[in-house]
Amino acid sequence: MIDLLAAADEALDGLKAVGAGLGYGLAAIGPGVGIGLVVGNAITAMARQPESAGMVRTTMFLGIAFTEALALIGFVVFILLNFA
Amino acid sequence: MNQLLAAGDGGSSGGLHFPAIESLLEWPGFLFEGNTFLELNKVGVIYLFAMAAPLVIFTLAIRKSALVPRGVQTVAESSVDFVRENIVMQTMGPDGMKFMPFLLSLFFFIFFANITEVIPFIQFPANSRMAAPAFLAILVWVVFNAVGIKSQGFFSYFKNTVIPPGVPGALLPLVAIIEFVSTFLVRPFSLAVRLFANMLAGHLLLVTFAVLCENLWAKNILVSIIWAPFVVLIGLTGFEILVAFLQAFIFTILTAVYIGGALHPEH
Repeated sequence: MIDLLAAADEALDGLKAVGAGLGYGLAAIGPGVGIGLVVGNAITAMARQPESAGMVRTTMFLGIAFTEALALIGFVVFILLNFA
Repeated sequence: MNQLLAAGDGGSSGGLHFPAIESLLEWPGFLFEGNTFLELNKVGVIYLFAMAAPLVIFTLAIRKSALVPRGVQTVAESSVDFVRENIVMQTMGPDGMKFMPFLLSLFFFIFFANITEVIPFIQFPANSRMAAPAFLAILVWVVFNAVGIKSQGFFSYFKNTVIPPGVPGALLPLVAIIEFVSTFLVRPFSLAVRLFANMLAGHLLLVTFAVLCENLWAKNILVSIIWAPFVVLIGLTGFEILVAFLQAFIFTILTAVYIGGALHPEH
């Protein structure tokens, strides 16, 4: 019985690790695509209008910061599940 | 997982021992031990450094101020110019200049607390502990709400924030709830988590490659692979300098955007 409980406990730890890894991976998909879109469009804008590059760059960093937050929350969940 | 790695390490050879996360992030106090208010550990010392370094730079710059800047005065003036042109003017316009000191000190504090990540023998970003990012985010929350209430009055600030212009009536309750949550709850949370998680991720990344390097070096498994993690480690160090700067910039510019939004409501 105790062996079974210990095994279940170990399996739970394993599942936690798998869940954490999957969670981070899934959380990174959307922001990956999103940051690609933000930067790609910013580059297009800069190439079309080099004189407005400064403004576009600032806005691009803002867009990246908002998009990236989701991936970072995924990373924090990964840390919490694995280590907390 | 740590147990697995540790068990592997206990074997004859080839195990890779990754240090436990507590040993990477938690530092024992070494000054005034046992005193609740004065006890200092490495993180606290780094915060004191991050507070003192800009003070020293700007004091030196003021003391030897010349019409044509040289040395430390160039650093101070170009950083002030950077914050003014790229952060204040881009987001708030000329009447945001009164927030310049706040934004500048925020930028410098965060930057110096981040840059210790790559300074040899310190190598720990103080912002990878949640305390200071959370406190800074709460401070920013208080500041932008206070600015909004002061410039627009309590009720009209609340109304302008929660009800964006041009929303059809049927959607209004939903939009109001979303706007309320995103402005008053998600903003400080994401501000703190963004800074904290970026620095923590960078620190763990550097540690991972340093551990790889050290293990391969010490155990000498394949001479040819030894250089790969080392090159990556050097590349990542450069990348982390960029991240340290960028996170300070992003935190400051988001603060400026929030204050600017509270200062000038959308019409």
